[in-house]
Amino acid sequence: MSQKNWNLEPSLESAALLKLQDQYELFIDGKWQAPLSKKYFDSINPSDESKLAKIAWANEADTDVAVKAARAAYENVWSKMSGAQRGKYLFRIARLMQEQAKELAILETLDGGKPIRESRDVDIPLACNHFFYYAGWADKLQEAFAGQQISSLGVAAQITPWNFPLLMLAWKVAPALACGNTVVLKPAETTSLTALKFAEICQQAGLPAGVVNIVTGYGDTGAALVAHTDIDKIAFTGSTAVGKQIQKACLGTSKKLTLELGGKSANIILEDAPIDQAVEGVINAIFFNQGHVCCAGSRLYVQESIAAQVLDKLKFRLQSIYVGNPLDKNTDIGAINSKKQLETIERYIKLGIAEGGQIYQPTCELPTKGYYFKPTLFTDVAQSATIAQEEIFGPVLTIQTFRTMEEVIQKANNSPYGLAAGIWTDKGSRIFGLSQQLRAGVVWANTYNKFDPASPFGGYKESGFGREGGRHGLSAYLKFSN
Amino acid sequence: MEILKTYKLYIGGQFPRTESGRSYAVKSVNGEHIANVCLSSKKDVRNAVQAARKAQLAWAGKSAFNRSQIVYRIAEMLEARKAQFIEELQALGQSKQSAESEVSMSIDRCVYYAGWADKYQSIIGSVNPVASAHFNFSVPEPTGVVGIVACQETALLGLISQLLPVIIGANTAVVLANATKPTCAISFAEVLATADVPGGVVNILTGQPAELLPTLSAHMDVNALSIAPIESKLQKEAQAEAIDNLKRVHIFVEPLYVKNAQGLPYIADFQEIKTTWHPIEQIAGGAGGY
Repeated sequence: MSQKNWNLEPSLESAALLKLQDQYELFIDGKWQAPLSKKYFDSINPSDESKLAKIAWANEADTDVAVKAARAAYENVWSKMSGAQRGKYLFRIARLMQEQAKELAILETLDGGKPIRESRDVDIPLACNHFFYYAGWADKLQEAFAGQQISSLGVAAQITPWNFPLLMLAWKVAPALACGNTVVLKPAETTSLTALKFAEICQQAGLPAGVVNIVTGYGDTGAALVAHTDIDKIAFTGSTAVGKQIQKACLGTSKKLTLELGGKSANIILEDAPIDQAVEGVINAIFFNQGHVCCAGSRLYVQESIAAQVLDKLKFRLQSIYVGNPLDKNTDIGAINSKKQLETIERYIKLGIAEGGQIYQPTCELPTKGYYFKPTLFTDVAQSATIAQEEIFGPVLTIQTFRTMEEVIQKANNSPYGLAAGIWTDKGSRIFGLSQQLRAGVVWANTYNKFDPASPFGGYKESGFGREGGRHGLSAYLKFSN
Repeated sequence: MEILKTYKLYIGGQFPRTESGRSYAVKSVNGEHIANVCLSSKKDVRNAVQAARKAQLAWAGKSAFNRSQIVYRIAEMLEARKAQFIEELQALGQSKQSAESEVSMSIDRCVYYAGWADKYQSIIGSVNPVASAHFNFSVPEPTGVVGIVACQETALLGLISQLLPVIIGANTAVVLANATKPTCAISFAEVLATADVPGGVVNILTGQPAELLPTLSAHMDVNALSIAPIESKLQKEAQAEAIDNLKRVHIFVEPLYVKNAQGLPYIADFQEIKTTWHPIEQIAGGAGGY
């Protein structure tokens, strides 16, 4: 196959729409409050390493103020309000987000490095829809759990990751508020800006003070929040290692916990699959959001009879992937979220080569400033190889082959994780047969990386417990009593 | 002269003695000797987990309707041995009335859960109306191998209240029986063995939770724990050990031997929700979703 040189005219989204402040404070009790810690950190644009803003770094005392505000709002206002009223606030928030969707999309891309096409078409619309969806549940909770005694939990501490900042905020805040809880949210340190913009939206919506509090900071801020004695619920999305630390910190307490953790999801192509469609699916499964996706299809299993053909097509397709400025509408792979993450990916690449893997990367030029990484394939990967076992969280795909269904089921399930899986085949009965055998919380058949507010998301095994989305997502924010 | 029963363990459908060769005496409230039972070892725990794992796929592979009939058969077999269990409970110190009531409630609980086998999926599961052209549905699947620390207050009913929702949900189980009143649990194993419950679906060990629970809660091939009220230090240690492979841990605070200690949530606690997306071809202007 011939390799074309794809030179596209840049089509840059303008960031002029944004009105960024130089400095952001903590959002507590409906007001912007300077941190008691008196400390701030810089938020960096990963696409060019420029400084975007100074952001408050909350300490233990700050989280305490935030939890107290959330508790007061819970006791005095939010727990007393009818579900219908709570729903109206959530509908209002959804509408306000939709109105400012473009601004949110640009902000998400600037702060996190993801392609504007993705924040515009995926992250922000899904985040808005999530609020709209859960708004409608607020006055129908008893119908959702017929025959069970339910009540709200109280104050929820929520810790979100940097890969889908506003979307993960929506996944956590919307169901928590719908169920009658108040929240203290700690966004990831590299991507706080859309959460702070969301605080403005709460103000615009006239949401009662203290119902949503946002404390920015690093892991120490999150740890202080988790350790606070007056929270009733912790919802965390992030790495399995940190998830286990949080569990340890909660031992002996009655804090209700839901964890959305790591993954190393298998994407399986059977020999009868429509190959071009499957190849596109594989590209989307691993390179969506630079591979910074907990459910990324990072382990590809191709049936032996079509392996050579699939590999040729993948390599050809890789050559047309556009890596560059996230604000460019042509960009397929934007900036790696942080220098730290880029170093992690590079470390895994070295390991992959050292352990005998064959690396393939397309010839393309990366911007000289900012954090970028080429889409990468690895073949000749042993099942026991580190890059086939551990979550890389970057645009790196391992490719293995298999002969029989038994073999691929065994290989796919041979992981401590169990978040997602993909199946590519023309045969419906085979999809359902295979889906039943895969130990994963989400199975995408002839598609991948699809999300929807109505669709429960969450893992088996060490990928965590609890579901976000759909009716199942409500359970995480309700107390059940006999 | 009366023939006394030898109480052994129940692992993989067999009744072996503990590999450790140890035993301990079970006594009535008046201090009379009732029986010697096996003092299980850590190795017995590992053997039981292995048996439970081996049986899990085939158990989950049976039709829900079939599991329903097998669990109903447990009720039939229990009913047939009613007198034996009442006698055993009385030997452990219960009044005749209390023993009769516990056995009746145990049988009722088996019948109750038998009926759930092919119904909870319709209630816990859902078809989800996603905005794109996909058929999207969520179904419960068994968590896998469940370790059960049985109720330490009752000899039979508590154990059944924990075990039945676990196996009706297609999980397999390793049970640590009531340490001071273990005889009924082993007699119940005889019921299971004659009720067409495949070997390995339920495995029952007698012994000291303090010795056995750490092995069970740290075992990387156990997916969940069901823990009846026990000493808080032991419970906390088990929770800590369980973190390593993110076991789902359910600690029961309320008593398990009461009438209302049953229901759908007891089943749902040991289920995982799987969501499958399947594209819908849009044909002749038809709708794209459900």
